[in-house]
Amino acid sequence: MLDIPLKDYFRETRVFTSRLTIAIVVVLLMTLTLVARLVYLQVINHRHFATLSQENRINTRPIPPVRGRIFDRNGLVLAENLPVFTLEIIPEQVADMNALLEQLAGIVQLRAPDIEDFEKQLRRRPGFESLTLRTHLNDEEAARIAVNRPYLDGVELQARLQRYYPLGGLGVHAVGYVGRIDESELGRIDRSVYRGTQHIGKLGIEQRYEDLLLGGVGIEKVEANAYGRALRTMERIAPDAGQNLYLNLDADLQATAEKALIGRRGSVIALEPATGNVLVFASMPTYDPNPFVNGIDPDSYRLLLEDPDKPLINRAVNGQYAPGSTIKPFLALAAMQVADFDPTETVMCPGWFRLPGSRRRFRDWKKYGHGKVDLHEAVVQSCDVFFYKLAVRLGIDYMHDFLSSFGFGIRTGIDMIGESKGLMPSPEWKRARGEVWYPGETVVTGIGQGPVLVTPLQLATAVNTLANRGTKLRPRMLRSIEDPKTKVLQQTVPERIGEIKVTDAHDWDKLTASMIDVVHGEKGTARRIGWNAEYKIAGKTGTSQVVAQDEAYDEESTPERLRDHALFIAFAPADDPQIAVAVVVENGGHGSSAAAPIARELLDAYLLPSKMNTTASSAHDATGD
Amino acid sequence: MTVLQRLHLDKPFFYGVLVLTTLSLLILYSAGAGETRVAVGQGLRFVAGFAVMLLVAQIPPYQLARWSLHIYLIGLTLLVLVLVVGASGRGAQRWIDLGLFNFQPSEIMKLAIPMALAGYLSRRPLPPPLPVVAVAGALILTPTLLIVRQPDLGTAVLVMMAGLFTLFLAGMRWRVIIAMLATVAALIPMAWTYLHDYQKQRILTLFSPDADPLGTGYHIIQSMIAVGSGGLYGKGWFNSSQTQLEYLPESSTDFVFAVFAEEFGLIGILVIFAAYLFVVLRGFTIAFHAQDSYARLLAGSLTLTFFLYFFVNIGMVTGILPVVGVPLPMISYGGSSLVTLMAAFGILMSIQTHRKILQA
Repeated sequence: MLDIPLKDYFRETRVFTSRLTIAIVVVLLMTLTLVARLVYLQVINHRHFATLSQENRINTRPIPPVRGRIFDRNGLVLAENLPVFTLEIIPEQVADMNALLEQLAGIVQLRAPDIEDFEKQLRRRPGFESLTLRTHLNDEEAARIAVNRPYLDGVELQARLQRYYPLGGLGVHAVGYVGRIDESELGRIDRSVYRGTQHIGKLGIEQRYEDLLLGGVGIEKVEANAYGRALRTMERIAPDAGQNLYLNLDADLQATAEKALIGRRGSVIALEPATGNVLVFASMPTYDPNPFVNGIDPDSYRLLLEDPDKPLINRAVNGQYAPGSTIKPFLALAAMQVADFDPTETVMCPGWFRLPGSRRRFRDWKKYGHGKVDLHEAVVQSCDVFFYKLAVRLGIDYMHDFLSSFGFGIRTGIDMIGESKGLMPSPEWKRARGEVWYPGETVVTGIGQGPVLVTPLQLATAVNTLANRGTKLRPRMLRSIEDPKTKVLQQTVPERIGEIKVTDAHDWDKLTASMIDVVHGEKGTARRIGWNAEYKIAGKTGTSQVVAQDEAYDEESTPERLRDHALFIAFAPADDPQIAVAVVVENGGHGSSAAAPIARELLDAYLLPSKMNTTASSAHDATGD
Repeated sequence: MTVLQRLHLDKPFFYGVLVLTTLSLLILYSAGAGETRVAVGQGLRFVAGFAVMLLVAQIPPYQLARWSLHIYLIGLTLLVLVLVVGASGRGAQRWIDLGLFNFQPSEIMKLAIPMALAGYLSRRPLPPPLPVVAVAGALILTPTLLIVRQPDLGTAVLVMMAGLFTLFLAGMRWRVIIAMLATVAALIPMAWTYLHDYQKQRILTLFSPDADPLGTGYHIIQSMIAVGSGGLYGKGWFNSSQTQLEYLPESSTDFVFAVFAEEFGLIGILVIFAAYLFVVLRGFTIAFHAQDSYARLLAGSLTLTFFLYFFVNIGMVTGILPVVGVPLPMISYGGSSLVTLMAAFGILMSIQTHRKILQA
């Protein structure tokens, strides 16, 4: 039989019809699947996707607040914000970063540190934000960028407010500065508060009152396309500018102090006795904080670090010095509190002192001695032998407790961060270190030598308490806070932190009288600054040893860095104290010759302002930053 | 006789296609962000497409049957040629540069395979016995593998499916179908190793688009956001923020459905689905009414293929199928696939209008 295929038309039609029916059913089922999927996406999960779409569309951008300004007590600007053109890059929008940087280098000046700094930011940037490539573009550069803008994807020319310190180095250790937020700070701060803000207070007031100065971040909701380009603003919540701060600092007085210390290392603190307000907070040498704002270049920074005068150190609160003879007024007061102590009792000073049973001689600064001195004369002439004996009589524990009540070895609690504690030694303190207290250490404590250490601020605070006749006030930098919108000033209030009780209120008068004679008496160690003063100064000189000296010490032949530190403390006018001062001149030699004239200059400037015409701005020129 | 009849056009089918054309122009106008360039370009393509449809509709089915094998062989030759001299684009050799425009031989195969299979099978008793199925299988696999070589996996699968639909409609035995499915299932792990990395990535992305949201998952995530955010009523014409803000890639080509879904919502989608189903069911009706095996097999498989494109594209846009680069038929912007499609419609028109109707 031939294998001729036979076609069965009806069977084929039946098969085809059934297959077509199946196909139609499958088609309908598949369509239903799609509909189900669409219902799932568009109805059940609509809200989710609508949110995602909205998030896609709306780009929330932070608007950084304007940082609060800082003024001195008279409204002179210490820190402000100036508009500068910055060149910024949004990395997301850049296809080839290297090519872009090369292109930009042809348009504006780009130094190697700029690029290094930018690449550092690039590595640790916190998400979608523009990064600064260069600041302080000049008008020409800004114009060139603006013209080339269409060919520079991801490049933005911004007029940003940049922190600026118009007085340069003046009061830099007080005001401090802001700098770029670094990695360690990034971990500590609340990042939501710092959105859009690239700077944070690093030192001084800028650091201490960061929370007041910062302000509140604003928000701008913009419609952005997939490439991050803002198309239009939907909503804007304006940022809250930071609070303006007025300091107790008097910039003119500060300038006077700094000028007097030019070429030296040292510190001057001046306080207002009635309030504890800090009038002068000087640490010399200073440095210009402005380069730190956008990251100082490593070479300049190394120069500052390696400068033998250590300008970066804040000597006012971190310099710790033996108080030397400036400790004597406090010990004199301590002696007056001892029941059987007779202030008229005299001591024979032969120029040296020896503990019973010891061969060691403790020298007086005056080689052949002061002769017979009582307490008053001992303060006036700064007789060491008297105070050696007094120290032995008072004993270290009593001295420790009494001096501690004046704040020796205790932080003053000034509104600054990182204040040093100083050191008021005691046998317990030595025991804790596994050492023994030697009687000789008690002796030298009597003249402010040995382990005892104070910061200039501590010394000034203690003098302030003397001027206040025992009322202890916390030294305070911040004078008032100004709301930038309402201009309402909120004054800070003096903070009393204690009262030193003396057995007889006349003790204060007696001590003041002795300190007046230091300056105005015939034999006073600081008589050189007192003879022509128009007001009475109560003061005390001090000289603190840098190296252990024996009899052969000669100031002229000793290398400068090993010379004694010169100190002077004072308040004036003596009968109605308006200002209390502590001056420390490192390696200055004698307190009477190096430190006291600086104090006098400062007191004149403050108490006799009409005779002085030093201004902060002229001092600014003189420091030549 | 009406004008349409005179032109050998099927009235319901023609209107269905016209509705889809209108929807396409509307949505492309929006996807082009208000620029008329895309919509006008597509309009011109539609004019060309309708001309092709009209032309093909004039050719009676028996003529098509006669040419089937020739067309198939020409197509096969071109596929070989494209592998040898074809222009490369995006890592694949799919085009032949004809100077005026680029030509994709695989487009021919979309028609040539069902035509050749319908031609071959219709001359044999149906349902096809196993040897016939084997020959048909070879007819399908040869061009399929050539297209896989390009590589264009998506088109290869679709072309193969067009052939398999013909076999299915011809009545291929269920046990053969099941055996085939089993073989495919068994081959999947093996085929996996032959896939290009980007192809594997596309398939993996389907299962977890969030794994690489800015990379391979980007398309599908942005597409799902567009569809989902459209909701029930949509954001309105021109209000597709995903498109206007350039989050949605390929918004006028493969992902045009996402734009539509975002702007017109589920309601709009049901309208467009109705239009598609109308065209598909009309295609099936034409197949049902066709008077010989060749015509109905061809009509049936072309209609099913049309539906398959629709299904794959929307499955891809809504994230239930991998991104295989299949345009939404009739709506997506693009030339050569539209011409193929209109030619297929022309064939359906021809089948419907060249029936010998017994006059009462």
